[in-house]
Amino acid sequence: MAERIMMKGNEAFAEGAIKAGCRFFFGYPITPQNEIPEYMSRRMPEVGGTFIQAESEVSAINMVYGAGGAGARAMTSSSSPGISLKQEGISYIATAEVPCVIVNVARGGPGLGGLTPSQADYFQAVKGGGHGDYHMIVFAPGSVQEIIDLMYEAFVTADKYRNPVMVLADGLLGQMMEPVVLRDWEDLQIPEKPWASTGMVAGKPQSVINSLGLAPEELENMNIRLQNKYRTIEENEVRYEEDGVEDAELIIVAYGTSARVSKSAINKARAEGKKVGLFRPITLWPFPSKRLAELAEAGKRFMTVEMSAGQMIEDVKLAVNGKSEVEFYGRYNGAIPSVTEVYQAIMKSFEGREVHK
Amino acid sequence: MTLEGIFAGFGGQGVMLIGQLLAYAGMYEGKQVSWFPSYGPEMRGGTANCSVVVSDEPVGSPVISEPDLLVAMNRPSLEKFEPMLKSGGMLFYNSSLIHVTPKRTDIQVIPIPANDIATELGNAKVANMVVMGAILKKTGVVKLETVVSVLKKTMTGNKEKLIALNQQALEKGMELVG
Repeated sequence: MAERIMMKGNEAFAEGAIKAGCRFFFGYPITPQNEIPEYMSRRMPEVGGTFIQAESEVSAINMVYGAGGAGARAMTSSSSPGISLKQEGISYIATAEVPCVIVNVARGGPGLGGLTPSQADYFQAVKGGGHGDYHMIVFAPGSVQEIIDLMYEAFVTADKYRNPVMVLADGLLGQMMEPVVLRDWEDLQIPEKPWASTGMVAGKPQSVINSLGLAPEELENMNIRLQNKYRTIEENEVRYEEDGVEDAELIIVAYGTSARVSKSAINKARAEGKKVGLFRPITLWPFPSKRLAELAEAGKRFMTVEMSAGQMIEDVKLAVNGKSEVEFYGRYNGAIPSVTEVYQAIMKSFEGREVHK
Repeated sequence: MTLEGIFAGFGGQGVMLIGQLLAYAGMYEGKQVSWFPSYGPEMRGGTANCSVVVSDEPVGSPVISEPDLLVAMNRPSLEKFEPMLKSGGMLFYNSSLIHVTPKRTDIQVIPIPANDIATELGNAKVANMVVMGAILKKTGVVKLETVVSVLKKTMTGNKEKLIALNQQALEKGMELVG
């Protein structure tokens, strides 16, 4: 087995990107993700890449637009308020179909909020955030190792569909250290990008990267193409993990940090004979709706555990479509639910009591 | 086996460091580990803490609600975290700086005059290592040799000359509770 080394989540985002062939990083500092640009500022020159601390989040995302449009593997990272500033750029990038990766190490909001971990950017990540009918593919890692692995998958998937991919985590995942195994991807191969805009070559048609469609028909065709692509992504790219759902009466649906906390709470409830399992979406968009619908058909009931006032619960409810009960337990913006709290919520659910405070 | 510990003190007392040291040593012994620091608008001299899990199983929550082990290097840390400690858990507190006695009677209380011992060894900065030694002896969670090998891997260049002193401090801590 390869050597395990200790790594901070934020360092893992950065090293994971480098291992995935990312050679352009553009960012602007914000807690709790500052270790990403710090690490990149040291590592990018070592691998012949480019690190730029931009003058703002807006310019950083537009630099990503430019580098991605020229065919490079490019990324930016920020935290909640900074990600809000990038939304216009993300909408343009999604429409122009430029592959890139955006990391959000989310913190408590709304507004300027605080510095502590939060999952309240779920809606922004999966429902749009910027204007128009577009989607980012959204990955939600649950451990430092998974950060490394998903950063690779993020760049591959972005190139495969010419679509921005967001890797959504929170301050806890960014700040914690865990052992990881770093590997060099044997199949690392950046695909040919004939659509990229790399300068005039005699005999080659111009590559134009933009998101403008002034003629109504042209704009609608562009939207139809995007929507067709999104249906293909929904068909092929759903990822999730199940743990003990077969015999479960109650299934906790949680991602990232909440899933980690829930796992410990579930173990505790299982030790007392409660049939409870964990369903962890790894892609938040596309959402694993089909599988949740199957589990609802099989008679399971659900509880989402979130570090928000309840956002993913809407997608779970849409997925089960009234066939099953969906409860919620959450802490708002900046508070991490404790194992004891989630355990108590599970026990209340089994006693038929109101789960949420 | 799973050990969940909280290490707390003033910024500069090296609580983050001994938490990391335990996590690294656990990793080198093939265990599953996690380390999570308090973070945010921190400052030198302010309070700091970290949570460490060392386990034979994959680590669930890296955030701990009922630790098995608490290290309190100063009084605010003792007051903040003592109530969270699991019944039967171990409380190591720095009796050089904390002049009150812990209130709980359902836990093992282990006073360590960490600063006094460190000063006797010639460097007050190794107070954290004295406590670490006591933890190694009391819990047996990782071996002294593993901890020393982590020090050798991480303390290079100018810091190499401090390895012997740190090892001495670890051994003193072990003797104290042996």
